[in-house]
Amino acid sequence: MTEYVLRRIAGMVVVMFIVTSIVFVISHVIPGDPAAVMLGSDATAADIAALRARLGLDAPLPMQYLDFLRSVAVLRLGDSIFLGRSVTQALLERAPLTIQLTLMAAGLATLLGVPIGVLSAARRGTMADQVVTAFSMTAASLPSFWIGLTLIEYLAVRWHVLPVAGYGPPGAGLLERLRYLVLPAIAVGVPNSALIIRFTRTSMLDVLHEDYVRTARAKGLHPVTVIIKHAFRNARTQVLTVIGLTVAGLIGGAIVTETVFALPGVGNLVVSAVLRRDYPVIQGALLVISGVYVLINLGIDLLYAVLDPRVRY
Amino acid sequence: MGDTVAGVLRSQRSISPARALLGRMVRRRLVVLSLMVLGVVVFCAIAGPWIAPYAPQRMDIAHRLAPPSARHWFGSDDFGRDVLTRCIYGARLSLTVGLFVVLLSLVCGTILGVVAGYIRRLDGLLMRVTDALMAFPDILLAIALMSALGASAYDVVIALATVYTPRVARVARGGTLVLRELQYIEAAEALGATDRRVMLVHLLPNLVSPLLVQGTFIFASAILTEAALSFLGAGVPPTTPTWGNMIASAQQYMQGASWLILAPGLCIVLTVLSLQMVGDGLRDALDPRLRRLT
Repeated sequence: MTEYVLRRIAGMVVVMFIVTSIVFVISHVIPGDPAAVMLGSDATAADIAALRARLGLDAPLPMQYLDFLRSVAVLRLGDSIFLGRSVTQALLERAPLTIQLTLMAAGLATLLGVPIGVLSAARRGTMADQVVTAFSMTAASLPSFWIGLTLIEYLAVRWHVLPVAGYGPPGAGLLERLRYLVLPAIAVGVPNSALIIRFTRTSMLDVLHEDYVRTARAKGLHPVTVIIKHAFRNARTQVLTVIGLTVAGLIGGAIVTETVFALPGVGNLVVSAVLRRDYPVIQGALLVISGVYVLINLGIDLLYAVLDPRVRY
Repeated sequence: MGDTVAGVLRSQRSISPARALLGRMVRRRLVVLSLMVLGVVVFCAIAGPWIAPYAPQRMDIAHRLAPPSARHWFGSDDFGRDVLTRCIYGARLSLTVGLFVVLLSLVCGTILGVVAGYIRRLDGLLMRVTDALMAFPDILLAIALMSALGASAYDVVIALATVYTPRVARVARGGTLVLRELQYIEAAEALGATDRRVMLVHLLPNLVSPLLVQGTFIFASAILTEAALSFLGAGVPPTTPTWGNMIASAQQYMQGASWLILAPGLCIVLTVLSLQMVGDGLRDALDPRLRRLT
């Protein structure tokens, strides 16, 4: 077990090293001078040279790469060009909102995806199953920003059920703030439930073909007991894997949806950084978000052993 | 063939044959319907300039923000531009971008995946690179690449192909790992075939169906991500109408002019949904073994 954990952590370090290199390539190697882009078309050559020196862009590429790796290794992400603070500070200020939104959306996607997936596997081939398949395909085809706008139009503007946008007045309590996140969480959660539905259904169908399920049924156990206690218990690990895989989709959805609902989270930060070519912020966000994704999936792998005693490393 | 029929029969045992047939027919009918929807979208994209009722930039200030009517079927926007026309031109961009993303990522991903699966020394490195690329949410990697590349349709294709190449590579590698254990590959190797020959002549043709299915799903994802890029203002310049930037610019007029987000939104949903249905149908048709699971 310890050996397995160490091996997985080593693998994670390798992936993060490659992630860092990809981020370096995106911001340094692709043609186009970040300094010139950042300063706009009416910058003088001297201004550009000064900024290049400040950002360390005048050093040879291999040196810049080593510097970059060194600062990422000690979690120093540099300073934002426009925000007047460090990238770490900017990310930390905005992280709570994005974490809340992602968690709410993940909860919704799971609460929607797992029961619906289990149900459609149990009722395979029936009308209900086909309705579920149609729902999951449609959900997967919905752009989160479009659902967001449509929800605003109906639930907020016309029927006043929930607030239109924003994150509540300053000093609002947590519950008040969470109310502002309900619509965004629906916009992010529903499209992401599709993958969970389909995977849950497939892994349940796999398990439902096993002999022990037939035995349980033959013993005359209640069908619901068979589904939940016998079948689902064994489909859990696969379901957990797919929930881990949707994390990327959830964070991606949050990035787009924060813009729709004017939520001051990490997504909004990234989008404005991209539009203003604030490279240090883009780099920092790429590193932190991919790091979180890799960590979550490592955690899920390690959880397998807890959930499924048959898993031995 | 005998195997396939037996497999299908075995898999249908638990539900009544009539019902299974009905289910499959509904599925097929949906696939047919989806192909028809795609046909219409492709026709609009190709014949756009000839069938669009107006020019995409033509402003009709007297009829700005007009609801759907005989003059403007899908209404008009804040500059009095015809929404139907702009949706048709949006189809042109979405489909062209999607198509080139699929082609480019299929070519790159297949090469990477087959090489990683067949030449084991390169497997570790290549797969860690795809792991790393897949650790970024699609849209995040795409906007970051757009910030470095530029803002033309060409740049959107490069950015999205980078995002989706790893998914193709995964499928191609997985298929290669299965195939390389089969005897005909061993036979080819024993006869002295070079690595290149084994990969091109013996492996590639057997990977066509899974890659085709994956390509269809990537087409759908690419259209969604392109729309999100345009919506965020990180895609092609707003002078080119796209479904995404139409929705973005409609945001402030939404109240009272809901057709402005409804029309391009439905274009996205219908196109993506049809592509997914077709991908699903293709998978069922190409791999009967999977029918048990669907």
